[in-house]
Amino acid sequence: MAEVEETLKRIQSHKGVIGTVVVNAEGIPIRTTLDNSTTVQYAGLLHQLTMKAKSTVRDIDPQNDLTFLRIRSKKHEIMVAPDKEYLLIVIQNPCE
Amino acid sequence: MEPVNMESMGHPEIYPLVLTTKTQEIFNCRIDEDVTDEQPYKLINKVDIFEDLRNRAAVSDFHPVKKIVQEYPGNELLLVYDKDFKYGLNFYLIGTEEGKENYLNPPEVPEEQEEYKEHIPEDVYVYKPPVSKPWVSLGSEKEIEEESVMESTKQITYMISQKRSEFGAPVKFSDQNASSVKDAYIECTAYPDKNFTLKQLEKDVSMQVIPQIKDTSTQTEWTYPKNATTQYYPREFSEEEKETLKQSKPLVDFLNNASISVEIALQQNEIMNTFIDDWKYLAEEEGTFGDKTDTHLKEYQSFTDLHSPTEKMITCVSWHPTIYGLIAVSVAVRLSFEDRVYFSGKLLLQPSLILFWSFSDPIHPQLMLESPDDIFCFKFCPSDPNIIAGGCINGQIVLWDITAHADRIENIKAGDSRSKKATLKPMFLLEPESNTEAMYIRHCAVSSIESGHKKVITDIHWLSDTFEINRMGSVFENRSGICCQLVTCSADCTICFWDIRPQKPLTPQTTEKKKEESIEIPFDVPSTFLHLDLSWKPLSKIRLSKGETSLDYCPTRISLNEDHLLYKTEDKTLTQSKIVKTGEMNPYHNLESGMANLLKPIDDFCTKFFVGTEDGEVIYTDWKMKKDSETGRLMPKKPVSIHTIHDGTVHTVQRSPFYNDIILTVGGWNMAIWKEGVMTGPLLQSCCAPKMYTSGHWSLTRPGVFYIGREDGYIDIWDLLEKTHEPAQSQNICITMITYIKPWIFSAKQQFIAIADYYGTLRILEIPWTLSRPSTNEMTSVNHYFEREVKHLEYVEQRKNIREQEKKEMELEMEKKKI
Repeated sequence: MAEVEETLKRIQSHKGVIGTVVVNAEGIPIRTTLDNSTTVQYAGLLHQLTMKAKSTVRDIDPQNDLTFLRIRSKKHEIMVAPDKEYLLIVIQNPCE
Repeated sequence: MEPVNMESMGHPEIYPLVLTTKTQEIFNCRIDEDVTDEQPYKLINKVDIFEDLRNRAAVSDFHPVKKIVQEYPGNELLLVYDKDFKYGLNFYLIGTEEGKENYLNPPEVPEEQEEYKEHIPEDVYVYKPPVSKPWVSLGSEKEIEEESVMESTKQITYMISQKRSEFGAPVKFSDQNASSVKDAYIECTAYPDKNFTLKQLEKDVSMQVIPQIKDTSTQTEWTYPKNATTQYYPREFSEEEKETLKQSKPLVDFLNNASISVEIALQQNEIMNTFIDDWKYLAEEEGTFGDKTDTHLKEYQSFTDLHSPTEKMITCVSWHPTIYGLIAVSVAVRLSFEDRVYFSGKLLLQPSLILFWSFSDPIHPQLMLESPDDIFCFKFCPSDPNIIAGGCINGQIVLWDITAHADRIENIKAGDSRSKKATLKPMFLLEPESNTEAMYIRHCAVSSIESGHKKVITDIHWLSDTFEINRMGSVFENRSGICCQLVTCSADCTICFWDIRPQKPLTPQTTEKKKEESIEIPFDVPSTFLHLDLSWKPLSKIRLSKGETSLDYCPTRISLNEDHLLYKTEDKTLTQSKIVKTGEMNPYHNLESGMANLLKPIDDFCTKFFVGTEDGEVIYTDWKMKKDSETGRLMPKKPVSIHTIHDGTVHTVQRSPFYNDIILTVGGWNMAIWKEGVMTGPLLQSCCAPKMYTSGHWSLTRPGVFYIGREDGYIDIWDLLEKTHEPAQSQNICITMITYIKPWIFSAKQQFIAIADYYGTLRILEIPWTLSRPSTNEMTSVNHYFEREVKHLEYVEQRKNIREQEKKEMELEMEKKKI
């Protein structure tokens, strides 16, 4: 249990990180550092996007798989690390 | 003779009669008198009729109906006047009781039947849809048959095929000219047919009206049926579920694996921003350097005091911190020391003033603050702009409190029209408030003559309201939230710290002394600083001594660490919130309240400050006193560094509004930029200018720009990013020496610079866009410049050491050679 906290804390303490969300396979958030409504929004939307991205990659090449998804926007960058059962979402503001 | 009745008309009981006038009189049935339209009948007794019959026998009118009367069962007979001669004669008799009853009480049945019949047509119309009936032919079928087109003959069909044996055999085609072989073809030549030369003049067309029908079709895609749901609340886990999940091993493994790649991605972003458009960032910087259009300061307004008898010069200029368009100017007579002494008698009669000018009225000053002697420097109190502290030529500090007149200066608009009205009234009728002529406001308090400065006060500053100091120079936090301490430096080689709060009396004697010395003050002077008047002593005095023997340093300007924050005009909202609002308890009127608190000392506060002297030295010293081990007295610490850079009086020592540790010093014929902490020398030192520099100021919005005024009335505008060896621009402002420069920001688009000259004229010029707006990254560029200069100085130091080393080695070699 402490490991989980430690890892998440380490990620959160990086420069520019705004929030971290851990989501299960169905899109329900497990752990988060953001407020509830934002978490739910991020979890739902990014879960769907990750599924779509995964299916896209596999459609093109069935032996391929999605390992990491980075979305760069004007204001920040959203990083999604997918897994069979979980999803780790990190939002970072890269500009100084 | 049988009586005639009206049986033929359906009324057998009616017997028409003629009644003569005589008969009418007898029976009281005279027409229009006894029998009228309303009552056309009369009941007549049988007996009377019999009497009449006996009297008049055959002459009686009732003779024809004698038999009826005799047979009449009842006693009274009904006689009806027949006005319309319905039954032929003017009266008729009803012969039966039944008839009488019927006449008198006509049955109502027929009326009801009539009414009933009238109601039926008013019923609601009930819609009956058309009922389909079998087709009834009216002969239209024949017409249709005639007009329709049908094939008259049966069509013949031909089927041509090859012999079965030739099916599938290879085919050989050859060409043949059709005209050469006989009967190879049959042609049907065209010939003119008379039938088709006829022109049709009439045509039969049939039409039928039908309802409009439209048929369209479209192809829809129907992939597959799917279920859809609607959700109102997001699905979430409860706390316990979250806890159990947290401890599950798959989550731990997942996080360990995922965090690796996530951290790589995070670090990538931290290292470099890969999405920067380099071209875009490059282009912006170049745009500003070459832009030289409209870089001159434009004259906006100028103020001169026309009422003063002697020639005056402006010694200090200060913009009002909050009110737009209000600027205060201190004037002093333009005389040398000997002349002052010579004319001292005359000078006493003239008031020494600080004038408040407003943009709306260039001729009349709005307020005039009176002081005992010429003011050489003054400042508005940052926490309350109604308090002004000024330093006199005789060494006194003067305090003004203009809270009472604050509304006058706040609402300065269209002052000209009001002043015209005022002059019409005779003087004795004018009330003091409506008099728009500037009022002389007497000072509130002056410092004690004996214990203050002995010579002219050259610079005065309010200490920031974030800290305060005590006698030892130790710094404490300031709980009162207002600026309550001042620092002054004077030509008598001392720097004094003053506190405007009432000092705790050390001995009871002082209170008695105060009572003795209480002077009658005029009624219109506020008593804010009454406790200080004439008895104000400095909190601590620091003497800048050069050593035991030689003369001391004579400070002309000082610059404290927190100064630039006080006068930073960009963040107006911050300063406004600090300024006391009228109506609330003004802390300056209740200065004793903050005294008793025990204050917390602030550690690691930089108590060092820069001083510019009359001889051109720039001194970096400390105000904290230390206890001398031998005498036990409080001694000022030795200065940290002293540099003699300038060839004349240093009149500007100023921190940059953007960098806390960059100081500009201007004096003599050159200027220098220093960085606090770098003690080896100035970062930049300009070469000697052709004309003496007499004033200087940093630009408030551009980090690399500052203004320097010269003695010939020119302003040099330096831009560190453009050129560092000479000013970027030079502009002529006036004909005489510029004594003070003070820029001010009013809005993002409007910036003014106030330039005061030796002849007493204050000019307000507008700073053009290029000089007021910083270019992008200007602050970082200027920062880089300063850092480069610091490194340059370090390098020079290193080189010095190396040179010395080399020198020593060379000398050793020389000596060796000698030997």
